[in-house]
Amino acid sequence: MKITQLSVFVENAPGHILSPCRVLADAGVNIRALYLADTQQYGILRMIVSDWREATRILEAHGFVAKVTEVLAVEVADHPGGLADVLGALDGTGINIEYMYAFPYMRGDKATLIFRFADPDAAIARLQTAGINLLASGELLKD
Amino acid sequence: MSSRACFSPASALDFVPRRELEQLQLKRLQTVVAHSFENVPLFSSRMRERGILPGDIRSLEDIAILPFTVKTDLRDTYPFGMFAAPMKDVVRLHASSGTTGKPIVVAYTKPDLEVWSSVASRSFSACGLHEGDIIQVAYGYGLFTGGLGAHYGAEKLGATVVPTSVGNTDRQIMLMSDFGTTAICCTPTYFLHMIERAVAMGIDLRKLPLRAGVFGAEPWTEEMRRYIEEHSGIQAFDIYGLSEIIGPGVGVECVCQNGLHIFEDHFYPEIVDPETGKLMPEGEEGELVLTTLSKQAMPLLRYRTRDITAFLTGSCDCGRTIRRIRRVGQRCDDMLIIRGINVFPSQVESVLLASEGTLPHYQIILTREHGLDQMEVQVEVTPQLFADTVSGMAAMERKLAQAMERVLQVRVRITLVEPRTIQRSEGKAKRVIDRRQS
Repeated sequence: MKITQLSVFVENAPGHILSPCRVLADAGVNIRALYLADTQQYGILRMIVSDWREATRILEAHGFVAKVTEVLAVEVADHPGGLADVLGALDGTGINIEYMYAFPYMRGDKATLIFRFADPDAAIARLQTAGINLLASGELLKD
Repeated sequence: MSSRACFSPASALDFVPRRELEQLQLKRLQTVVAHSFENVPLFSSRMRERGILPGDIRSLEDIAILPFTVKTDLRDTYPFGMFAAPMKDVVRLHASSGTTGKPIVVAYTKPDLEVWSSVASRSFSACGLHEGDIIQVAYGYGLFTGGLGAHYGAEKLGATVVPTSVGNTDRQIMLMSDFGTTAICCTPTYFLHMIERAVAMGIDLRKLPLRAGVFGAEPWTEEMRRYIEEHSGIQAFDIYGLSEIIGPGVGVECVCQNGLHIFEDHFYPEIVDPETGKLMPEGEEGELVLTTLSKQAMPLLRYRTRDITAFLTGSCDCGRTIRRIRRVGQRCDDMLIIRGINVFPSQVESVLLASEGTLPHYQIILTREHGLDQMEVQVEVTPQLFADTVSGMAAMERKLAQAMERVLQVRVRITLVEPRTIQRSEGKAKRVIDRRQS
């Protein structure tokens, strides 16, 4: 159920996002989803890529600091209240969302959101109990 | 291994009974004072001003009546004013890097070079090296004393010398691997750079025959030693020297790695209060003062090294009778005064290594904002320092800043920067950028 995400440290200055992207491009790694958290001084570039092992290897070989984290891909109905249903299932459980972002492909009438939870196992259990569909990495990354 | 495994005939003077050593020191001191008085106007005029004649040195304690010599004396007499031997007897000149103005020039006669080779060779011996070792000398060769000093010492030891000098790091590592180098000499920061490059090249230094590093020319910390030893599988030794006195080989750690033995038969050490110049009680911290006991071309009497250390009391397990000083962690010249508080760059390094075991690529940037000194420490992000969330990163920065403030007593702004963006040094590291004047 868990999806492997890569996070890369980048300085908050012109041109700094380009270099890791170019390194991945040259290695033939496709970035399927991307989300940048920024502070005044630096950013954390989070990516879901076609091959995270190869991506990690190639980024580290080029001197980047890359960290592998586990996130969940949650299916959300594409109508008003779709997201509220998902968040509602977590309400009152004490399960904390570190951050979330949208995965930029629609699957039928469903959208996909990527969640990073402090405790992903607790989140999986809770969401599944509530009948919310979680995508496996094979489904998420299939063309 | 017996504690005297590192004993070699050349090292005999490391082990002589103290009384015998002191007799030798006194004889040499009397000779060098007379020689300096006769040949160096600066020494004779200063001694005359104080009403001192060479004959007044009757015991080792009498050394305290002699005036100090300081670095600016060597600048003021540039280039040859401190020489005590005629130029025809001077066979070698070296000079300091001279970051400001004229460099400091030092000279050697043939017997001086012989002394230098012997102390450098005894240094290697103390680190457990011997004939059959392959010693790669990655200190710069040239006017800097590091390269040639280590080179002649290693040759005298009978080791195989690989004179790579500094730079071309990938080739250094390739040769280290292909030649089966067993010991490396360079600055500790340059070796850190080698560790980093070796990883990138896919070479595990721990699997090479390399077993010892003899590191000097800049102060480094116990934490840095642990880092180096852990990541390269070698034993890391501290060698001490300064070109004014002779170059590398004034003192060195033995296999016990507990303080540096000073080759006292050639260099007479004292520890004084840096403010008053008074001798410190045995074992207390102060500035190291050295007198060359056997140098001919450029003897120095009571030279203020600006290095802060202390004598270690008690005897060393290696059996050497020559005294030990604590590792020099601080040089007076490195001291920064930030908002009136004394700060040493080595303290920053200790905190970084102790906090996260991170490779200490850092730089200190000093600025002045609204008339107040600001200290920023830029630290390259490592996998240990990198969290995937902004809150995690902020917590890390806060933790480092707090740890620094506890040790330094100064507010520090931590800035995390991308790996490999801080310039690497091949010689002495440039840790501080002071923009407060501009």
